[in-house]
Amino acid sequence: VSPQHDSGRPATLEQLFATKEIVVCCGSGGVGKTSVAAAAALGAATRLGGKTLVLTIDPARRLATALGLDGIGNEAHRVPEEVLKTAGLEPRGELWAAMLDTKQSWDDLVRRHARDTATANRILENRLYTSLTARFVQSHDYIAMERLFEIHASGEYDLIVVDTPPTRNAVDFLDAPARMSEFFGGRLVRWLTMPYRVGGKRSMRVINFASRPFYQVADRVLGSKFLQDIAEFFLNFQGMYEGFVERAQAVETLMHDRRTTFAVVTTLEAAPLYEAENFCAVLRERGYHLGAMVLNKTLPDTLLDPDGAAAAAKFCEASGPLAEAAATLSNPILADTARTARVLHTIGESYANFSVVAMREAELRAELARVPDVVVRVPTFENDISDVASLVAISNVLYGDA
Amino acid sequence: VSGPDLLDRRCLFFTGKGGVGKSTMAAATALLAARTGRKVLLVEVDAKGDIPAQFEQKAVGFTPREVYPGVLAMAMDTEASLREYLRVSMRVPIIGKLGPLARVFDFVATAAPGVKEILTIGKIMWEVRESIEGRADHDIVIVDAAATGHIVSQLGAADAIQELVDVGPLRDQTRWLSELIADPHVTAVNVVTTPEEMPVTETIELVARLRAEVDVPLGAVIVNRVLPELFTHADEATFEALREPEASALLTEHAGRGAVEVLDAARLAVSLRRTRAAHLDELRDTVELPLLYVPYLFVRDHGLRVTRMVADALGAELGL
Repeated sequence: VSPQHDSGRPATLEQLFATKEIVVCCGSGGVGKTSVAAAAALGAATRLGGKTLVLTIDPARRLATALGLDGIGNEAHRVPEEVLKTAGLEPRGELWAAMLDTKQSWDDLVRRHARDTATANRILENRLYTSLTARFVQSHDYIAMERLFEIHASGEYDLIVVDTPPTRNAVDFLDAPARMSEFFGGRLVRWLTMPYRVGGKRSMRVINFASRPFYQVADRVLGSKFLQDIAEFFLNFQGMYEGFVERAQAVETLMHDRRTTFAVVTTLEAAPLYEAENFCAVLRERGYHLGAMVLNKTLPDTLLDPDGAAAAAKFCEASGPLAEAAATLSNPILADTARTARVLHTIGESYANFSVVAMREAELRAELARVPDVVVRVPTFENDISDVASLVAISNVLYGDA
Repeated sequence: VSGPDLLDRRCLFFTGKGGVGKSTMAAATALLAARTGRKVLLVEVDAKGDIPAQFEQKAVGFTPREVYPGVLAMAMDTEASLREYLRVSMRVPIIGKLGPLARVFDFVATAAPGVKEILTIGKIMWEVRESIEGRADHDIVIVDAAATGHIVSQLGAADAIQELVDVGPLRDQTRWLSELIADPHVTAVNVVTTPEEMPVTETIELVARLRAEVDVPLGAVIVNRVLPELFTHADEATFEALREPEASALLTEHAGRGAVEVLDAARLAVSLRRTRAAHLDELRDTVELPLLYVPYLFVRDHGLRVTRMVADALGAELGL
């Protein structure tokens, strides 16, 4: 275990995760969130012991296969110990993995909160409900948080690592619980369903909207049948409002709990980094615990070495003489000096190209402000992150063993 | 697809997984269109400011503003789109009477699936129709569209509304929209990707979904950030020979301590390229669409200069 800062704040992921129950991995699309979440969970299961769950949203197929997540729904599955042992690990704890099935999670939620089976079925069959849950991205955000709450409440796991859904904006999913309770608990629901409630309990007769400008316009634009569908949907949902609002608030509380921490994942490219910094600022502002930042897919520091740059320049300028010298070696392939010179030139040029990108990364890294205590850099790996061995490689870097 | 073939359409969508360079491709295509003398309306759907950034301009709003000679840019705003729709099509004159429109709108848009989508696609296709009928300042509409997760519901919103809404003006007014989107002389949806595992998988799935679920013509798949092939097969044998201890010792002796780092960097470049090549092969074999390649740019920063470089690369691929 590496030493802690004087402040007693965690200096490594291992120290950070040791006191947490939930780690939320977030960041913009394409930064490798899913792989980092899986690797972090794998590392926790190996080092910290206990039961660690990675709740993932949309893993690459080969990674899902590697974790034994193929074709399973919402159920959590244990990653077989043999899989981990084959990758050279001696895990102290258990690694579990689960995927998020949005539609199924919503249906489960409705069944749980509806006052009776008949109401539940009416909701499940409502066509607005069907499109709302199956097709629209916002419902994804909320249900991810809801599932997390559910799993945490089960008390089955020591640590849950969550991969967040790809949102347009990294903070969207944080607002989901609040938005959901506003949505179901607001005065607008009553307003919208009012015309249908006038004639007594849950009557569906159409009454005259004409006196109210809102209904008038809505009717002209949407057609009254559509408005009726919406009202029906909410009337059926009525008995569930309270449950929903309560639940959304509980999710919100859990996110703010000291046992929950956030890990922001980013690459060292301008746009994702900008998002990541913004996200760090928002997390702080709203009082969430920002635990770590993972700089993923970074280029090696050897690309910044002046010695490397000098050698690369030499490869380009003196490719002829270098090729002549190489021709004296025993390897017959190097006898073709024209070819060797061309290859040396290409190698030198490639180094210069990649070092431009590495310099850009270094510059962005230096400009990083408002970063959390733990910042970890993960290199670009030559191959795809598609098996347990590559996850082990990432987790070794994450936990500082590499 | 050839350049003229693509640019002669009236509406080009650019979609793809987040982070692959959709905005850059949309902006570069706008540059190409402007170079051929077309007037462009460039629409940013996710309103994150990525589009004006490609031209080093400050954020744009719902009202189009010129960001480059011949390129007008606007950011989608569904509430503004609703106001415009109510004013122009429904002849609802005073929005004030609607009360707290923003809250009502937010609510209805969340409650009624497809409302935000239809307002987005409705505004875009309305601008397309205006240009076809010669009533607009632009000849072509280029859309920096929603990402993979959202584009199908956006493009299919008109059809979805027609399924949900049995009668009423909304149903009638979505019919022309569906027809325009489906017209291969008018519309093309292009998918941007990078040669990495997840973007390629998403692209393959998206193309399949677009074919199955929406009646919309597909244009090309644009592969961004393609790493250069460093060596031919024969050259690679030479490279491997140079990495052997004897040769690398000689190179260190002549070019200094950094020689091994330079060899290692080339090794990384070769492997990265190779892993990606496998994904490209899969893409090529699966999507049955023309693939356009844009090279990885080893540049320091983003902005107009990069947009121009991408436009040059894309133009070369399109034969422009």
